[in-house]
Amino acid sequence: MRVEELTAPQMLRGGELEGLTPSAHLEGADLERHVQERVLTTTLERATAWARSNSFFPATFGLACCAIEMMSIVAARVDVARFGYEAFRASPRQADLLILSGRVSIKMAPIVRRIYDQMLEPKWAISMGACCSSMGVFNNYALVPADKFLPIDVHVPGCPPRPEALMHGVLKLRKMVQDDAEESWRERYGAVGTEEIAPGA
Amino acid sequence: MSQVENPTLSEYRKREQSITLSPTEEQLDPAAGADATVQQVLTLNFGPHHPATHGVLRLLVTLQGEVVRDIKPIIGYVHTGIEKTAEDKAYWKVIPVIERMDYLSYYFNAMAFVGAVETLLEVQVPPRAQYLRVIHLELNRIMSHLVWLGTSALDLGAISMFWYCFRERETILDLFEMSSGQRMHTRYFQVGGVIEDIPPGFASKLQGFLDEMPARVDQYGDLLNGNEIVLKRLRGTCPLDAQTLLSLGVTGPLLRAAGNPWDLRKAAPFGSYGDFDFKIPVGTVGDNYDRFAVRMAEMRESVKIIAQALAGLPEGPYITDDRKVALPPRHELATSMEALIHHFKLVTEGFRVPPGEVYFPLESPRGELGCFVRSDGSSKPARVHMRDPSFVNLQAFAHMAKGAYIADMIATLAMLDPILGGIDR
Amino acid sequence: MPDATGLELIAQDLRKTIGGGDGADPVLDTVFFRGRATVSVRAEAIRAVLAQLRRRGYSFMSSLHGVDYYPDEPRLGVIYELLDMSRVDRITVKVRVPSDAPELHSVTPETPEGPGWPTANHQEREVYDMFGVIFRDHPDLRRILMPEDYEGHPQRRDFPVGGEPVEFTFNEGEGPTSSRGAGSAR
Repeated sequence: MRVEELTAPQMLRGGELEGLTPSAHLEGADLERHVQERVLTTTLERATAWARSNSFFPATFGLACCAIEMMSIVAARVDVARFGYEAFRASPRQADLLILSGRVSIKMAPIVRRIYDQMLEPKWAISMGACCSSMGVFNNYALVPADKFLPIDVHVPGCPPRPEALMHGVLKLRKMVQDDAEESWRERYGAVGTEEIAPGA
Repeated sequence: MSQVENPTLSEYRKREQSITLSPTEEQLDPAAGADATVQQVLTLNFGPHHPATHGVLRLLVTLQGEVVRDIKPIIGYVHTGIEKTAEDKAYWKVIPVIERMDYLSYYFNAMAFVGAVETLLEVQVPPRAQYLRVIHLELNRIMSHLVWLGTSALDLGAISMFWYCFRERETILDLFEMSSGQRMHTRYFQVGGVIEDIPPGFASKLQGFLDEMPARVDQYGDLLNGNEIVLKRLRGTCPLDAQTLLSLGVTGPLLRAAGNPWDLRKAAPFGSYGDFDFKIPVGTVGDNYDRFAVRMAEMRESVKIIAQALAGLPEGPYITDDRKVALPPRHELATSMEALIHHFKLVTEGFRVPPGEVYFPLESPRGELGCFVRSDGSSKPARVHMRDPSFVNLQAFAHMAKGAYIADMIATLAMLDPILGGIDR
Repeated sequence: MPDATGLELIAQDLRKTIGGGDGADPVLDTVFFRGRATVSVRAEAIRAVLAQLRRRGYSFMSSLHGVDYYPDEPRLGVIYELLDMSRVDRITVKVRVPSDAPELHSVTPETPEGPGWPTANHQEREVYDMFGVIFRDHPDLRRILMPEDYEGHPQRRDFPVGGEPVEFTFNEGEGPTSSRGAGSAR
């Protein structure tokens, strides 16, 4: 193994190395190919989107049966740590992904909204299971579909969805975040200008 | 109280915040003001979103320093109107709805409802179906205790138990998936039997699971029973005697930990539970450690029951022959006109149940789970009520944790094993 | 379970020991159905009946729940499931109250008639919440499952099931959560 310490011009132009066959300065197409093989260029937005998408901090937000399957993705068979999402945070201030797992009752809906508001931008929400995506098995007076009070990015169907299905949903969100680096949920969902100002503030 | 009266509080909120101090501690002087030497009470909200509340349970805990003086649980955050939805559906369609009540013991929910309907219909369940039901019920009991153990250890800080318990749980869920196609909420139990016979390979996989499970339970015991922190947190904390528990309506492992060996599997066995030889683990003191040890021992006993059921599994039909209640096998539909008509009637309208009221109790992992079904003669139930054990057991929580430290309260909540889906229905 | 004769003996015992101040019979009806015994009693006598049954050994209250017998009056029923653990015997006590005066004595607190049934605390609150039966002398009667300012009693049979309309192709785009309704994404 030979440790090489190259300066940037050497790296870019194929500079001389001791003991190796000296390569001429590359020009034109060769230089371009040489650079493409060694340097990655991107925009800052895409780089940060890539970093964000690979390190969601999900909030521990289990409501009902889907929460048990959400615990299953943390378990060893479908290991969410493979993708970097094992850092479940109890405090919404430290989390950026809200996996709404379970049925949202009318008593719970304002609290879910409050938790979502307490999370810092950029934040995303996954509606896991049929009960919060639509009304699920129970279409009755007691439940609220999550779309009514929360902007949901990915809906994962199932009752409860298999851990692999939830994983698929999370990876879909990852792809979404990588493609679109839009930060604020208000901009993503056309809600700019709908901020509420508390009276007396 | 040392809190300032907030005039905008509704009557409900005022009653919610009223505290009842335990009689043995000294009277607090509200006129003491900001004197630092006088201990003030603080009401803390363990909100519905909390890592340690096992679901969306909200607790208003009144603390004096770190000692709990009063606890008021507030529930209803996952109320799903299951009982109301069940009135709107045909009897066999109620089964998936009612399964999702106590979401860790879904076979028990289904069994309670199906048992009540079978009592009303007076339909006979064939012995093979009874044995298959016992196998799945006891597998569910083990699975529920595994999730309880994993999450309780998580609350106590022994985080790695979670992965071990869920490893076993995955095997059990594979078995459920083999027999019914779903991991959770399998709608496997139907009125009159089970929906499908077990596939080939189920028995051998189940036997493999049974062979390794006792060793695994021993491993869990080794991990936790010798751990000084776990012992210090569980031994001697928050005991409650059996008499108080009985007056509060508590059943299940909590009552057995306090010394009362009441178990409906032995006292009033339904189906074929009487055929099996197993013991009921009973505690002595009724503290958190006994509750923990009783459930660990129950996992072992369940393994024994399943082994006996598997060994003695009789041949025969897996659902009743009564075509007015159970769907005919599909191959009959091509040849028999009656089968076609029965199939049509059952799928479109469902079977009708003679009018009456029945309460069917059984022993779920958390206590007595009962299902009350009132039928008015039509094909939809007129009232379904599930007597959920966690709902009643939660009333004992305040009695258990008064006078203990916050950390003991968290441990007690873990040992109480509340499932909010059952509490709120 | 007490068998049919046992149930009649229990009913006779209740009549004898309680007997009602105005000469009214506390026991309205006995039903023995599918091996289960039910005794229907008058609403005013419920505490005395439960106390007498407790003296006979039924010391564990398994369940307390409500039933709506709409449209029959008296409409709101409250059912008490009692259990005798030493003999493994269950008996059901049923009370029906009319919907225009849905009041019943709470069996939770301790009264001169005997020690109360603390297990009935949350369960009576649930019956109040879901059916509107008001339990007199309950220590803390308020809604338990629904939000505190909810109007209506959901499990009454004339309360609508509610829910969202199911979106098919013909009514697509009409609801608030539809893909073309207000508040949609992008």
